[in-house]
Amino acid sequence: MGNTGVIRFEDLRQGMRARIVRALPDCPECERLMEMGLTEGAEVLVVKVAPFGDPIEVSVRGYRLCLRKGETHCFELEACAP
Amino acid sequence: MSQGLAAEPRRPLVAIVGNPNAGKTTLFNALTGSHQKVGNYPGVTVEKVSGRLKLGDQIVDCTDLPGLYSLNPVSEDERVAVQVISGAAQSEPMPDLIVCVVDAGNLERNLFLFTQLADAGHPLLVALTMVDRIEKDGLKLNLSKLKTRLGVDVVPLVGHKERGLDDLRTAIQRNLESPKRPNVDFNASGLLPEIVAELQNRLSRAAVDMTEAEVRSTLLFSEGKSPAILEGYPDIARAFDDARRRVTEATEPKAQVANRYEWTAGVAKEALTQVSQRERAKSLTDRIDVIVTHRVFGLAIFIGLMYLVFQSIYSFAQPLMDLIQGAFDKLGSAIAPALASNEALQSFVVNGVIRGVGSMLVFLPQILILFFFVSFLEGSGYLARAAFLMDRLLGWCGLNGRAFIPLLSSYACAIPGIMSARVMPDPKARLATILVAPLMSCSARLPVYLLLIGAVIEPRYGPFWAGFALFAMHLLGLAVAVPVVWFINRKMLKGKRLPFLLELPPYQWPKWRDVWLAMYNRGKVFVKVAGTTIVVMSAIIWACSFFPRSPASEALYTAQIKAASPNLPDNEVHALLEERLLENSYLGRFGHFLEPAFRPAGFDWRITTSILCAFPARETVVPSLGIIFNLGADAEKDKGKLQGALLDAKWPDGRPLFDLWTSIGFMVFFALCCQCFSTLATIRRETNSIKWPIFAFTYMTVLAYIGAVLVYQFGKLFPV
Repeated sequence: MGNTGVIRFEDLRQGMRARIVRALPDCPECERLMEMGLTEGAEVLVVKVAPFGDPIEVSVRGYRLCLRKGETHCFELEACAP
Repeated sequence: MSQGLAAEPRRPLVAIVGNPNAGKTTLFNALTGSHQKVGNYPGVTVEKVSGRLKLGDQIVDCTDLPGLYSLNPVSEDERVAVQVISGAAQSEPMPDLIVCVVDAGNLERNLFLFTQLADAGHPLLVALTMVDRIEKDGLKLNLSKLKTRLGVDVVPLVGHKERGLDDLRTAIQRNLESPKRPNVDFNASGLLPEIVAELQNRLSRAAVDMTEAEVRSTLLFSEGKSPAILEGYPDIARAFDDARRRVTEATEPKAQVANRYEWTAGVAKEALTQVSQRERAKSLTDRIDVIVTHRVFGLAIFIGLMYLVFQSIYSFAQPLMDLIQGAFDKLGSAIAPALASNEALQSFVVNGVIRGVGSMLVFLPQILILFFFVSFLEGSGYLARAAFLMDRLLGWCGLNGRAFIPLLSSYACAIPGIMSARVMPDPKARLATILVAPLMSCSARLPVYLLLIGAVIEPRYGPFWAGFALFAMHLLGLAVAVPVVWFINRKMLKGKRLPFLLELPPYQWPKWRDVWLAMYNRGKVFVKVAGTTIVVMSAIIWACSFFPRSPASEALYTAQIKAASPNLPDNEVHALLEERLLENSYLGRFGHFLEPAFRPAGFDWRITTSILCAFPARETVVPSLGIIFNLGADAEKDKGKLQGALLDAKWPDGRPLFDLWTSIGFMVFFALCCQCFSTLATIRRETNSIKWPIFAFTYMTVLAYIGAVLVYQFGKLFPV
């Protein structure tokens, strides 16, 4: 299987839904984000992008979390139907 | 882990543990009221808040641990919390009961920490907060199901009413007598209970008294260090090492996190049922956020609110500050006659002690007002939105969106600004913010700018350039702060980089008790810490500017002055005498001694001495200039006269002392120099280290010197 359909947080636009398909291990930064609920299989909805383009506000596991695009490189996502 | 060895029974310790934003501090405040003690954990910057909890006629100790997302710590706050929980903190025994605060509106994620606490094996009790909010979201809580799944007591608390608090007190008492432990085990793929049981068997055979929580903590959190109780039992210590290896081998962190979340999602689904079709997406918070985080309106609201905050500490605090200043001035002049017989004592009490205490207490209104806003904005959920809006602007140089409040406040006064840096959970960004906060041009620098701009720039270049100069002086600190932050972050602060973690909690009305307690605790901390340091330092500087002095030297100077100009009125003789005494004091001699070093900046000994006088508190520079330029300490009441004296001042060769470039250099020096003991004492308190105030003082003084020299040397190329 190729990488077709694999997207990252920085590709997401306001209102898009996506599912985390892979979280790369061994990265302390994203280990914490996983502990915040961004685990494989979790669904995120982009609620808002901040006025200066970063960070983004996502809804995950029923709460709102802000992420800097540059700090989410370990996550691979796939788009879901809205 | 001295619990088993303690000679006398101690009071039980209840630790309040929970995620940030779960309502932990609100709960702690409601339980302990004003019986709180704010201190520091030894050796770290983490604040320790503890209190006493009355349960009928029993009193138990209660500690409010820093908010944490996981027992796998990444920040200092979290590390301290884990140490306390695992009994490894020197300052505290292992808690006898953990009250795990869980936000009902954010059950899935809050229960993640619960599953980790379950591994730690403590007696545990869940306080379920914000139960009213889930009802608004159209959800219904099935309490008995939640209790069954968690295996411990769950006490629901309703946001603003005190409903549930009595139940919680009763539950704490009941659980201290007959503890319950959670019935979930995720660590080591479920092997943990078995491993723990084996260890407990060995311990009981050797008659070593360790509770289950102690065994589990030693296993999971001790990082290989054996507790003191195992000192005489090397084989048991080895068994612990073996067991620890088994746990590590059976534990794959990523899979473990996923397992825990799978479980919490299941529990949340069972415990909460959707009863009405009200969509979450249309909640009040979302409707507010459409405006508040909007790219135009959001920024406008942000600027408006920050303007209000800034004005409050910059202008609204002024009458209160004048009141305090006036009271201390009155106190000084009321006491002065009683001590007239001893001039040194009189000056020490009036100019050393009373002025020193007054110059510190004068900051109290700003601190209280700022903390009113900070705790209100934080409690309401707005502060997180402000950080969301501002993160991009501040993030690139190593700060983050939360640095906005501390930096803006520092434009009024660095002290409350530095204290408010505690809204930043990331320790690196917080320290960087604290270290550059004093560079922001605080209100105490304003008199210096006004004095010199009014004397040198405005008469010659007109009001436009005067206004420009004032604006430029305010921008200078910020412009210098950016590279300093960058440098501090890249070159000085090591350690793991934290991802920017920012939750946007639902909006709510802050509790007045929380706001009030935040103001009260901050005020108390400031008075206690800054008070002692500042009084001592003021006394030292006073002594340096007063001694050596004797009736003989005074008589000699008076005679010299009168001989030089016989017809001088008494008050002018007195002003000249003051100047002569200061010139010959240790401080004045030091100013003379340093003059060659400051010559490249165009400063003579008089300017140098006035700078030295201003190190305890920069606002003293105007009275010091008054004394040095023969006008007496009351010169600030007549600014025009002082400006005239400055313009008249000459070098021995007849060149004017305060030419354009020297004046700008002098202002630059004041803009960049850390001339405020209260700020340094506050940095000392907030970083819990003597290293950082020394660093801040050093780098700022060096920058100030370089800045002044650059201005003067560059300016000499363009004579005016």
